[in-house]
Amino acid sequence: MGKMTLEDLRKLRKSKQDAIKKRDIEGKNCHVIVGMGTCGIAAGAKVVLDEFINELDAQGIEDVMVTQTGCMGLCYVEPTVEVVMPGMPDVIYGKVDKKVVKQIITDHIMHKKLVSEHVFDRPAADILKKD
Amino acid sequence: MAFRNYILVCGGSGCESSHSDEIYNNLIKECEAQGVAEEVQVIKTGCFGFCEQGPIVKILPEDAFYVKVKPSDAKELIAEHIIKGREVTRLLYDKKKSTKNAKVEDIKFYQKQFRVVLRNCGKIDPENIDEYIARDGYLALEKALFQLTPEDIIGELKKSGLRGRGGAGFPTWMKWNFTKASQGDVKYVVCNADEGDPGAYMDRSTLEGDPHSVIEAMMICGKAIGAHQGFIYIRAEYPLAIHRLEVAMAQAREYGLLGEDILGSGFAFNLEIRLGAGAFVCGEETALLQSIEGHRGMPQPRPPFPAVKGLWGKPTCIDNVETLANVAVIINKGGEWLSKLGTEDSHGTKVFALTGKIANSGLVEVPMGTTLREIIFDIGGGIANGKKFKAVQTGGPSGGILTEEYLDTPIDFGGLTSLGSMMGSGSMIVMDEDDCIVDVAKFYLKFSVDESCGKCAPCRIGGRSLLHLVEKITDGKGTEKDLDQIQEIAHAMQIGSLCALGQTTPNPVLSGMRYLADEYRAHIVDKKCPAGKCKKLITYEIDPEKCIGCTACARKCPVGAITGEVKKPHKINTDICIKCGACYAACKFGAISVH
Repeated sequence: MGKMTLEDLRKLRKSKQDAIKKRDIEGKNCHVIVGMGTCGIAAGAKVVLDEFINELDAQGIEDVMVTQTGCMGLCYVEPTVEVVMPGMPDVIYGKVDKKVVKQIITDHIMHKKLVSEHVFDRPAADILKKD
Repeated sequence: MAFRNYILVCGGSGCESSHSDEIYNNLIKECEAQGVAEEVQVIKTGCFGFCEQGPIVKILPEDAFYVKVKPSDAKELIAEHIIKGREVTRLLYDKKKSTKNAKVEDIKFYQKQFRVVLRNCGKIDPENIDEYIARDGYLALEKALFQLTPEDIIGELKKSGLRGRGGAGFPTWMKWNFTKASQGDVKYVVCNADEGDPGAYMDRSTLEGDPHSVIEAMMICGKAIGAHQGFIYIRAEYPLAIHRLEVAMAQAREYGLLGEDILGSGFAFNLEIRLGAGAFVCGEETALLQSIEGHRGMPQPRPPFPAVKGLWGKPTCIDNVETLANVAVIINKGGEWLSKLGTEDSHGTKVFALTGKIANSGLVEVPMGTTLREIIFDIGGGIANGKKFKAVQTGGPSGGILTEEYLDTPIDFGGLTSLGSMMGSGSMIVMDEDDCIVDVAKFYLKFSVDESCGKCAPCRIGGRSLLHLVEKITDGKGTEKDLDQIQEIAHAMQIGSLCALGQTTPNPVLSGMRYLADEYRAHIVDKKCPAGKCKKLITYEIDPEKCIGCTACARKCPVGAITGEVKKPHKINTDICIKCGACYAACKFGAISVH
């Protein structure tokens, strides 16, 4: 997209907000978000991100979106990964390595079971959520 | 098939020691006994960071937060909550309300954390501007460009009570107002991202996780004060943050959110990154401006303040990363919204980087007025490895230590300063019983001495003299007179130094002498280091009763100070011993002790 006018910006915001809502409701997509702040990367978040992409590829799972984000605040259990998908609570996994990535894909994404011992609570409330 | 409920049982060490394991097993048993094992998954989670109220059990998707749960409660939880769908009120943390409806007004909900600055951090992809826009990004810029006058913008900031988050706590609206009022054909907006305190990484994380929030705020500032050029001064050691800023700026430019005629408003704003070489003093605003201009980073006497005569002699508004990250929220939600958070003189939230001997180190954002105890014990989960808390250093090398009895002090600008420490930029380093307070003071002093730019004598000479005195104490050669001399030099530095670096250099020593005087005395009078850290004051000894003569220590000793025959007790020659501690770590029989 090129240079925007005020109208364009508002349209873009609306459409993106709708896209996010749609993802939550219709829930075709599963969203894997890897914490890629310096703390995460130092603990191996890049390996985790690559493993997700490779493993999903290998298993032929296509409706999972893998993206990155900044520090979630749980620096003591990096690398951290949030999995958002319909019919499941939003979960943050900590201390994720290659092995745990495979568990998340088979247990959480394919069989809708949480991966024990790796779930961590969201550290803070989100002020932008509409209450 | 998906489960109907998920029961999360805290598996943190705090909760585990109060039988969370048994709760976990009982819950699984009860699920089977009551016939819901197919519908409910019971799992162990990491620490909820609320150990004081543990053991903790959380049930999803209702988000019911149960505290102080006993193994015997498992039956009731399954029978009531899972089968009948009724919350077990007796065990709920917030007995009146369901925890999911936490609002700003009743902020005292269990997590104690509340994200304003870090609102998008860990939520959005920082390299995708669309995600920022979707979460109301650049909405505040819209308002600033099309609806609000510069006076309105500054008015909202005034209402919000926002004060600079870099450490000094100067009201942000005043800074903006001064720069606005200054006469000048060209004005500048500068973002201070020269985060230098050891253990601090709040600004780095903000820029890495949400670079647009800072860019947007700088533009709003530009609109308010009449500036069209901004600089972000960031240290070269933050390559990821720099990369993300560059990506964010490029995307904003492509969308026309940065550059000429932004969104057709006629307002132009350009932004450049300036890399710092990592000098601590460049976090001081006048030194920072010198560095941007290409000069050696040295503070300049104030006045004139940057708002009057700053970058290249032009009026300049300089704000810290965290301060700026608050701005868009204030414009969007109104200044009054932020002013409701926090204490009387400090509004909003503060981000802390919690590190040291803490169980859950991490990035923490809490409303002002939260106590140190809540941060360290509730959010941070207390001291790692079950050791005893000794002190916490806030404010980095400019701050001081605070001990157990001051942990209930609410954190705000005034509260900690009155105790001889400061809130500072937000580094919080926790120390346990194994840390020597004199040694810690020596570390910070060394840091400040290394980082002193050398321009003014009180800082240059005073800092070094203080370090010599403290070294004397850790070497076991200190006297009571040295303590008086430390006070004297510290006083001279506090009143005579040109900038905050020199003025605050003595703080770690002074606060240690004030709150842990006994530890200083032990070094001076008894010539002992209670924590066993100061090498010149300790000796390693082998207990002949416990030593079996395995020779492990002798083989590890790098200087050959340990002698003895196989299967007979060994001995350490203290004249040769360099006190490296290698033997102590090597001994499997606990035969070596430190005195």
